[in-house]
Amino acid sequence: MSLLDHKFGQGGIVVSQLEDVLNWARLSSLFPMSFGLACCAIEMMQTFTSGYDLDRFGIIPRPSPRQSDVMIVAGTVTFKMADRIRRLYEQMPEPRYVISMGSCSNCGGPYWEHGYHVVKGVDRIVPVDIYVPGCPPRPEALIGGFLKLQEKIRKETLVAPKAVERFLANHTAEQTIA
Amino acid sequence: MSYTFQDIKEAIQTQFGTQVVVSENTALQQPQLVLSKESIKNVCLFLRDDNRFFFDQLSCLSALDNGPVKNTIEIIYHLYSIPFNLFFILKVEVERGDGKEDLPEVPSIVDVWRTADWHEREAFDMYGIKFSGHPDLRRILLPADWEGYPLRKDYTEQEYYHGIKVAY
Repeated sequence: MSLLDHKFGQGGIVVSQLEDVLNWARLSSLFPMSFGLACCAIEMMQTFTSGYDLDRFGIIPRPSPRQSDVMIVAGTVTFKMADRIRRLYEQMPEPRYVISMGSCSNCGGPYWEHGYHVVKGVDRIVPVDIYVPGCPPRPEALIGGFLKLQEKIRKETLVAPKAVERFLANHTAEQTIA
Repeated sequence: MSYTFQDIKEAIQTQFGTQVVVSENTALQQPQLVLSKESIKNVCLFLRDDNRFFFDQLSCLSALDNGPVKNTIEIIYHLYSIPFNLFFILKVEVERGDGKEDLPEVPSIVDVWRTADWHEREAFDMYGIKFSGHPDLRRILLPADWEGYPLRKDYTEQEYYHGIKVAY
């Protein structure tokens, strides 16, 4: 629960930063694209069932990349599939996030040495935000991945952090007063 | 009566002559008959249509690479007769070629059993065996622009595929 969530219970007016509001909105409505590649997808499907109630996090699977902002790479990424995954990723609107689910998409998994047909980690084709370990990860682990992603989004800033650091380094307190 | 391996072998020999049989291996639990590659299609057609055997099903068509030292590739045909409950294994042995330009060529048996279509495509995909007379000989599992035939003993994977590094 973020600070904002608590404030809603207290009264009519909420005062916050724009950044916090945007981040809170983003992390509270993560729409993953529903597509699966291998056995991890079975666990992913189970995660989407009513028993795990992902709706409480605002996570609702969407059938189109154009309506989604999270891509769960659930399963073995073959070279034949790599081009398709890259294309799906490119079709998603920004801001977009990628969860790499399971050993195969993290690093090639059991195919790391002799799997001539497997991409050794989906991060070779799309940027990955969260790696969920497991073979396959249980639904709880995937939900853990979503919570980690929410944490990451909560700390996002509209201003690039590097730019802030540079600004602070160049404009010291004395200069600002003068 | 139920026909044995020897009965079927003799029937093939009386039909096509003794020269079609290259060798046989009866020491195994499933005896195998090695045929010359020119005869394979006619023998298959004969075994399918003959009233004594009626091998109406091709259970499997696979291949086996014996490596560059032996320099042979085998194509293995597993036949099954549903009405008579008979099993029979045929083999064809050919030179393996270099796996690039020079590929082994074997007559296709798609005209005999339609199920051989995808089996032969897989054997082509993995071993680089050309099946002459096949209606649509493309790779079936790997991408069309893949280099090499992975189940060959001397296969080395390509360094990059569409800009993605292949090795770990």
